Amino acid sequence: MKIKKNIAVSETGFVFDPTTGDSYSLNPIGAEIMTLMKEGKELPDIQKFVLDKYDVDKATFEKSYLDFMNMIRQFHLTEE
Amino acid sequence: MKKKKITVAVSGLNNTDNPGPGIPVIRGIRESKEFDVRIIGLAYENLEPGIYLHDIVDKTYQIPYPSAGTDPLIQRIEYIHSVEKIDVIIPNFDAELYSFMRSSDVLKEMKIHTFLPTMEQFEERHKSNLPAFGKKYGITVPFSRPIFGENEIFGLTADFTYPLLVKGKYYDAYVAYNPEQVRMYFNKIASKWGLPIIIQEFIHGTEVNVIALGDGKGNTIGAVPMRKQYITDKGKAWGGITLDDENMLELTRKIIGQTKWRGGMEFELIKTISNDLFLIEINPRIPAWVYLAVGAGQNLPEALIKLALGMEVKPYESYQVGKLFIRFSMDMIVELEEFEKLSTFGEL
Repeated sequence: MKIKKNIAVSETGFVFDPTTGDSYSLNPIGAEIMTLMKEGKELPDIQKFVLDKYDVDKATFEKSYLDFMNMIRQFHLTEE
Repeated sequence: MKKKKITVAVSGLNNTDNPGPGIPVIRGIRESKEFDVRIIGLAYENLEPGIYLHDIVDKTYQIPYPSAGTDPLIQRIEYIHSVEKIDVIIPNFDAELYSFMRSSDVLKEMKIHTFLPTMEQFEERHKSNLPAFGKKYGITVPFSRPIFGENEIFGLTADFTYPLLVKGKYYDAYVAYNPEQVRMYFNKIASKWGLPIIIQEFIHGTEVNVIALGDGKGNTIGAVPMRKQYITDKGKAWGGITLDDENMLELTRKIIGQTKWRGGMEFELIKTISNDLFLIEINPRIPAWVYLAVGAGQNLPEALIKLALGMEVKPYESYQVGKLFIRFSMDMIVELEEFEKLSTFGEL
């Protein structure tokens, strides 16, 4: 899944969709994942990054990651 | 560069919760790098806030209501012109445009410049003519039709499903969920703005708007799309944000290109979840949120003055996306003498 090219993600986790004018606030991990996705990284790279950096098991990460993906898809922030 | 000194008369000083475009138009003009302006306010009522904003409006004159007809208006303008030597007039109300358009030759003889749509352009974009407009120019519009009496309300279900929109010829729009509500809004709007009342299909989606300026030759001098983010109970934008939406700009260029629109305008559109755009209204003048366009890099009031004066105007090619406007209200303290002066002499 890819983030739409024109979606802006700031270092503070502020996300702006210039087509709709909607904006969202992410927590620090959400912001890191979104930034990696903007760089074109896919699930394996993102998973490795999170598991290396944070004290979290793979199953918990996958569940949260899928929830997050569903949420950003619902907000039309992704390219299908 | 030395600024050119000009005098500009502007109406729409009612900077209320249902604001006229006058004050934001003036703010744009005052930010011009090319013009050193004296602003003459044209007011209908003595409590229009712009009258008392002396750092924005240099002098205000009361003018007769549009319902008084064109002749009294022009006589009043003649008097104001004899004192102030007006270079350009920017009318900002739909209801007064007719008189100014009809008088544009007379004003021209007086060396007062305007930059207004033609009568044909003004008439064909009327809410009641929108279906024909859409058909003529290949634009998607919601189904609508005018009604002239309460007896037509119960027959609406042949063409519409509820909810539907009940709209006035010039202003006001309400969502109605049943015939009883249609009847209520019909009477409310008709008593204020007259007939016909427009019944329009309700399109589910997000309301988005475009402000634009056409040069009368088919060129779009500027265009900025916006989404209202904070809407008052009168449906007016109290906050909004500029959008990056090529479809909205393309639609704008298409309409201006085909109609050869002359002057400022606003498109009211509904964007559906599948990103289809429905044109719901064309306002034939600069909207009250024009200062957002100025803030985003397109000084459309300045460009309109240049067009009115016959100067060359290069089209704007960009604007800043994600620029917000947020309105605020503030109390002014006004001396009774000022109010008295305007009420008694019709000028301040």
